[in-house]
Amino acid sequence: YIVTIRVKPDHSGVVTDGVKHSMNPFCEIAVEEAVKLKEKKFIKEVVAVSCGPTQVTETIRTALAMGCDRGIHVEVSGKDYEAMGPLQIAKIFAALAKKEEASLVILGKQAIDDDCNQTGQMTAALLDWPQGTFASEVTIDGEKVKVVREIDGGLETIKISMPAVLTADLRLNTPRYATLPNIMKAKKKKIANMKPADLGVDMVSRVEVLRVDEPPTRLAGVKVETVDDLVAKLKANGTI
Amino acid sequence: TSREKAASIKLMTDQQKEFQELARKFSREEIVPVAAAYDRSGEYPFPIIKRAWELGLMNSHIPEDCGGMGLGIFDSCLITEELAYGCTGVQTAIEANSLGQMPVIIAGNDFQKKKYLGRMTEEPLMCAYGVTEPGAGSDVAGLKTRAEKKGDEYVVNGQKMWITNGGKANWYFLLARTDADPKCPTSKAFTGFIVDADSPGILVGRKELNMGQRCSDTRGITFEDVRIPKENVLIGEGAGFKIAMGAFDKTRPPVAAGATGLAQRALDEATGYALERKTFGKLIAEHQAVSFLLAEMAMKVELARMGWQRSAWEVDNGRRNTYYASIAKAFAGDIANQVASDAVQVFGGNGFNSEYPVEKLMRDAKIYQIYEGTAQIQRLIISREHFGRFKK
Repeated sequence: YIVTIRVKPDHSGVVTDGVKHSMNPFCEIAVEEAVKLKEKKFIKEVVAVSCGPTQVTETIRTALAMGCDRGIHVEVSGKDYEAMGPLQIAKIFAALAKKEEASLVILGKQAIDDDCNQTGQMTAALLDWPQGTFASEVTIDGEKVKVVREIDGGLETIKISMPAVLTADLRLNTPRYATLPNIMKAKKKKIANMKPADLGVDMVSRVEVLRVDEPPTRLAGVKVETVDDLVAKLKANGTI
Repeated sequence: TSREKAASIKLMTDQQKEFQELARKFSREEIVPVAAAYDRSGEYPFPIIKRAWELGLMNSHIPEDCGGMGLGIFDSCLITEELAYGCTGVQTAIEANSLGQMPVIIAGNDFQKKKYLGRMTEEPLMCAYGVTEPGAGSDVAGLKTRAEKKGDEYVVNGQKMWITNGGKANWYFLLARTDADPKCPTSKAFTGFIVDADSPGILVGRKELNMGQRCSDTRGITFEDVRIPKENVLIGEGAGFKIAMGAFDKTRPPVAAGATGLAQRALDEATGYALERKTFGKLIAEHQAVSFLLAEMAMKVELARMGWQRSAWEVDNGRRNTYYASIAKAFAGDIANQVASDAVQVFGGNGFNSEYPVEKLMRDAKIYQIYEGTAQIQRLIISREHFGRFKK
């Protein structure tokens, strides 16, 4: 995922116009897990959801080509899209989860552009559902889900009741390619279109971005000939 | 307004973009990393071929009623160009399937199609196009392999050479002479057959060691009293030449696309290097000698792409595309060689070395001026077509 990110001249954010967007890698893993659960017959139907402008339908199509049954595109564009963050998305997902009577909401653990790692947790809280985050293994056992979670200390295994929210971590699975025949079949699958207002969700942001800056440019180093020189230099600039 | 209209014209459908993305992702992630190793070892890249087959990137022309996707030539060219970007050795092995299948697709009856095309979609099998001989390449009318009718069978004797997938094929399309009379016109003297590779009497030669596309399997095949049932004749006795030639209108655009993929790769590698390497105090890309070289490479790549696109679009729209297919193949083959050679030049000394990717591209490019109709044969075809159009 090599992209040269540029900060907008007004420091309000990064330039996204004309930058190729694709499905967040952790979300690819989430889609793959959902499709696998369906293939193992634990769940009946997988609905791929994305919030954003028109281009988002391309990402939904990829999810359909991977095996999801249908898609929902929640249209958010312009200023609302620029200000959209985990809380608004979580509200949308919570509303849709209730509307669709979902038994599981599976997301990537975080987006690799903003690294928030909040949407899954907020969705669970809004729904008052249990959550299995940073999942590296998911097993359905009747009405419960066993989740092996990657935590700082190692692995933690929990058992939660459905309906539940899960977030996918790196080692949960290896996402499949959408095969050519599946890309063709995906064309016939439906993508429903709606707006946040249709779900009773307000898109007002409670977060105000003050300024976005690039990291400071790395300064050139200085070469020294001896250890004594090194100690002298470190003392001179106050490091020791 | 016409400007708004121009902006809204899509060069590709959404589905075509998705196909291209899939092929591109597969090529960059799975072919590029292993291409150099396959080139050195010459080992047949079956694991990659199998993966491509699983993803539906092969056998795209097989009609839907035989389990295929019945894609048009344009769609399959999109895929071919992306795969060729990764490695043309791999792409040629895959493309040889399309070449071998094309006579059956255009001239096979239901029984033949179901039997020989159906199996290609059920397992990852290879097939081959057996026309060229040691003594006859461009001069197809000079083929010596004989097929004699004996009862309900044809008995074939002869030798074929430079058969891609020769050692890996499950079946061959074979062109052999059925009319011994030297005065018989070419259009009636040859017959097209489908031959099972396990037929007794077929002797597969050694894998030939070639300049480039080294992981592709190229062999001589000897036929000694090989018996072919009459059910495996395509159309009928004497129809072979037309079938063999007719296949080319559909297989030349993909070959052009393959050459374009190689050229694009060469351009990308050279450009990346030019933006890193410094000389005389600045990036070599900032020296006009180099930037002009890259500009001309870019011109050639873009035009080669438009060449295959036009020829594919013509045939997909039901028109005879011989003129365009020949132009596309001739041009793409020539520029692939020029662009690959120029890429080595941009890399300088490093380009000549096997640690850098461009010398392989130069070796791989050469065959594009030879197979599927030499550069010279293409010029014969183009001039003939050109005069024909002019006289109208």
